[in-house]
Amino acid sequence: MIERLIENVAQLILLLALAPLVTGVIRTLKARFQTRRGPGIFQPYRDLRKHFGKSMVIPETASWIFTATPWVVFFSTVIAGLMIPMVAADAPLGLFGGALAVIFLLGLGRFFLALGGLDSGSSFGGLGSSREMTISALAEPAMMLAIFTVAIGAGSTGLTEIAGAAIGQTWRFLAPAQMLAFAALALVLIAETGRIPVDNPATHLELTMIHEAMILEYSGPYLALIEWAASIKQLVLMTLLINCFWPIGLQPAWFGFGALKGIAWLLPKLFLLVCAIVLLETVNAKMRLFRVPELLAVAFTLGALALVSTFLF
Amino acid sequence: MIPDLFLSGIVVWMGGAAGSLALYRRPAAARRVACGSALAGSLLDLSGSAAAIFAGAPIAIALPFGNPVFAWAIRLDPLSAYFSLTLAVLAAAVSLYSFGYLRHMEGHRNLGAFGFFFNFLLLSLALVFTASNAFFFLVAWEVMALSAYCLVSFEHEKEEARKAGVLFLVMSHAGTGMLLIAFLLLASFGGTLDFSGFHLLASHMSPRQQGVVFVLFLLGFGVKAGIVPIHIWLPEAHPVAPSNVSALMSGIVIKTGIYGMARVFFDFYGTPPLWMGTLVLGLGVASALLGVLYALMEQDLKRMLAWSTIENAGIIVMGFGAALMFRALGQGNLAALALIAALYHTFNHATFKGLLFLGAGAVVEATHTRNIEKMGGLIRRMPVTALCFLIGAAAISGLPPVNGFVSEWLTYQALLAGFGTTQSLTRLMFPIAGSLLALTAALAAACFVKAFAIPFLALPRSVEAAEASESPFTMRAGMAILALGCIALGIGATFFVSIFDPITQQTLGVRASAQLVMARGLALSPGTAHGGTISTAGIALLFLLAALAFALPLGLRWKRRSVRGPAWDCGLPGLTADNEYTATAFSKPLRMIFSALYRPRREIQAEYEVSPFYPSAIRFESEIEPTFEKRIYGPLREQIMAIAHRMRGIQAGSINVYLTYIFITLILVLLFAVRG
Repeated sequence: MIERLIENVAQLILLLALAPLVTGVIRTLKARFQTRRGPGIFQPYRDLRKHFGKSMVIPETASWIFTATPWVVFFSTVIAGLMIPMVAADAPLGLFGGALAVIFLLGLGRFFLALGGLDSGSSFGGLGSSREMTISALAEPAMMLAIFTVAIGAGSTGLTEIAGAAIGQTWRFLAPAQMLAFAALALVLIAETGRIPVDNPATHLELTMIHEAMILEYSGPYLALIEWAASIKQLVLMTLLINCFWPIGLQPAWFGFGALKGIAWLLPKLFLLVCAIVLLETVNAKMRLFRVPELLAVAFTLGALALVSTFLF
Repeated sequence: MIPDLFLSGIVVWMGGAAGSLALYRRPAAARRVACGSALAGSLLDLSGSAAAIFAGAPIAIALPFGNPVFAWAIRLDPLSAYFSLTLAVLAAAVSLYSFGYLRHMEGHRNLGAFGFFFNFLLLSLALVFTASNAFFFLVAWEVMALSAYCLVSFEHEKEEARKAGVLFLVMSHAGTGMLLIAFLLLASFGGTLDFSGFHLLASHMSPRQQGVVFVLFLLGFGVKAGIVPIHIWLPEAHPVAPSNVSALMSGIVIKTGIYGMARVFFDFYGTPPLWMGTLVLGLGVASALLGVLYALMEQDLKRMLAWSTIENAGIIVMGFGAALMFRALGQGNLAALALIAALYHTFNHATFKGLLFLGAGAVVEATHTRNIEKMGGLIRRMPVTALCFLIGAAAISGLPPVNGFVSEWLTYQALLAGFGTTQSLTRLMFPIAGSLLALTAALAAACFVKAFAIPFLALPRSVEAAEASESPFTMRAGMAILALGCIALGIGATFFVSIFDPITQQTLGVRASAQLVMARGLALSPGTAHGGTISTAGIALLFLLAALAFALPLGLRWKRRSVRGPAWDCGLPGLTADNEYTATAFSKPLRMIFSALYRPRREIQAEYEVSPFYPSAIRFESEIEPTFEKRIYGPLREQIMAIAHRMRGIQAGSINVYLTYIFITLILVLLFAVRG
């Protein structure tokens, strides 16, 4: 019981501390790829501190939904983050939910974010909410197929079991089903975290923005909460992707020297994925909104192929 | 004791029907008698059915009249008692709500007649769920259909209500016809009309007869449950009824179809052939997906909810389909899991859809429109209704920790486990169905963001919405009961699942709840080895702790640092309701993405005086094609009309000719009887 509590607190601290760093590394690397200097990898921490210290403006038209939204988004993302195997295969909050709970908790955050976007009455918020709900709805079946594929291997939707089953088989990621499911989930990750080519996190151009449009009216501490939650969500999905498909270095349990080893393995793996995302963002242009369904259809097809290939190979 | 409770509930409903009819000249008294007896009857029924589930043995009540063919036989076995319990919970909340809701009808509507049909609907529903004689069942079924018809077209001065009522009646009777044939086939095979005699009977028939009876039952009950493609009456009939009736229609009347399916699939049939489950699963997926896709396009709040009923019926039927398949594959435990998922969702849907329709009723009452484009900002004028509606919207979108999430999670688990049960290609159906369920759930979330945000948030879009006022206490209380039900059924999932033990024991011979509950009642698991776990109570507790520890103190501190200011309006002077995103605009991306299904049509006409770039007025019209009505039912109706036209020749209108017809028929029947 006490051990569980310590694990949870440790993973909580890791999540909260690491998430802005991942965002910072992505931004800086991307700047370097574009031959800019970039703001430095610690800029997101400074941004958060700055936002938390500011006063804020709440739209006159907004109701209590507007102020409840950042909290719901933040808490649901963090709880989802405690359910994933980060350092050890044994997810600290694994008893409270597995892969499906993570998806639905992130869905809860998204639901409220969309409400918060519509609550201000400005058309930008509505525009963002509409697009976010559309894209996430289309991403869902692909995500579920990919999760079904990995869950079938482990015979469970529990992430502890999925990661645990993967630990023993270092080279399993070479299986066609695994690779196809990985590709499907990677495309979903891009759509869910609002990265190019689906959404551009750095833009405030009204015709193209999705996530930024929803949170346009937020300022000060609430903006900080939402941005922080967005970084955590990104970290959660990235960790999920690497630890379910490529669990090398993942420890069976949390305690002792193993935890440090687990963290030591997690960081380079995350860095590799960050590099891949940055590369993808640099060489691609943002898609038109109505081309995104095609991308997600590709993800769905990959997921379906992954399933069929567990059947064949 | 239990028979007494149940029968006195029936008697109270009968008394309420008669009493309110007698008092029709005094509307206030009629309203109180109608709602009071409906509430009292529901509470009696509630205690009776709750006790019956755990009674151990089925409780048979034979009324001391009737004859062997038409026996007034009532049997409260666990399955019947469960549906009866669902009815009682919803009916109690709706009756309470009706005290306040019916007040606006006083003076210009016949509340006596309303009370009569309302109580009769509840009574017939209770009998449909508990009748154990085929003829008695069909009579209760017909009484239910007729009283529902009278309530649907209660506002009969509106043409849409009359038309919807007739469509409902026609389709309902087509369904009843099929049920009659199916029951007669079954009865002639088994030589009994009693349901206890039908137990496992259908499986002893020849495969061909089995198939025919199965399809007849599926169609007959499917009409009532609103399964695609025999759903078209549902989005017409449910919205036009008064909202308390809509809540009953969507919450429990469609569940009679679900109950019928459960009774036939898991009681009358033993181990079914695999194709039956595959068919049912496929129909469920189609209903769920098409239901939510059409719900997304609605701007009429109550029609949207009606379409979403089709979606949820689809999810329930998916559970049945999976359970049938598992039974065919010899997986008793998994069949129990799928059946529990379906039945759990049945109860959940009754609570959250009932709640949403009651909320819609309060909103429609306050704004005098069903069009959400004319609402807005109601969260300030109607805070309690808004909060209840939000809980219902979260539940129906399957968001943790409220109840829709639990039953959807169980459904996913059943589908996931299905993959390992067979080596044939059939197993691919399970994950495909699961991923389409994920699409359905995500689209439902989009739909209910729209259903909550457009009416309740931002600025009011009409004068009525700006001047709306909160509903009376009894209406709020009715909604609050169901909202609390949604939360309790979500958080208390591990306690609730034990209610299914008698049902799965009765139908499948398996008691599953002990395997489903883990960690001393904290977590729920699918019952398979190493299956994933879920703890709605734990998640809720974490949210509560986090809110108390961080959100409350920090939120209060930050509030002191915040100022209220106008939302960004692009530099134009002042943000008005015209700047808001509309419901039509919200669903526009999905309308474009699924345009192959919707075939949307739009027309924009700009009026201008000087130049087309400075329009003085713009007329915008947009609609989607009602595919089923146009492609299937349109041609069908024309065929029927053409046949009817041709048959008009023999209807000369002369009594002598008709007497001749009767005589000829009599002779033919006699000949048939003699030959037989």
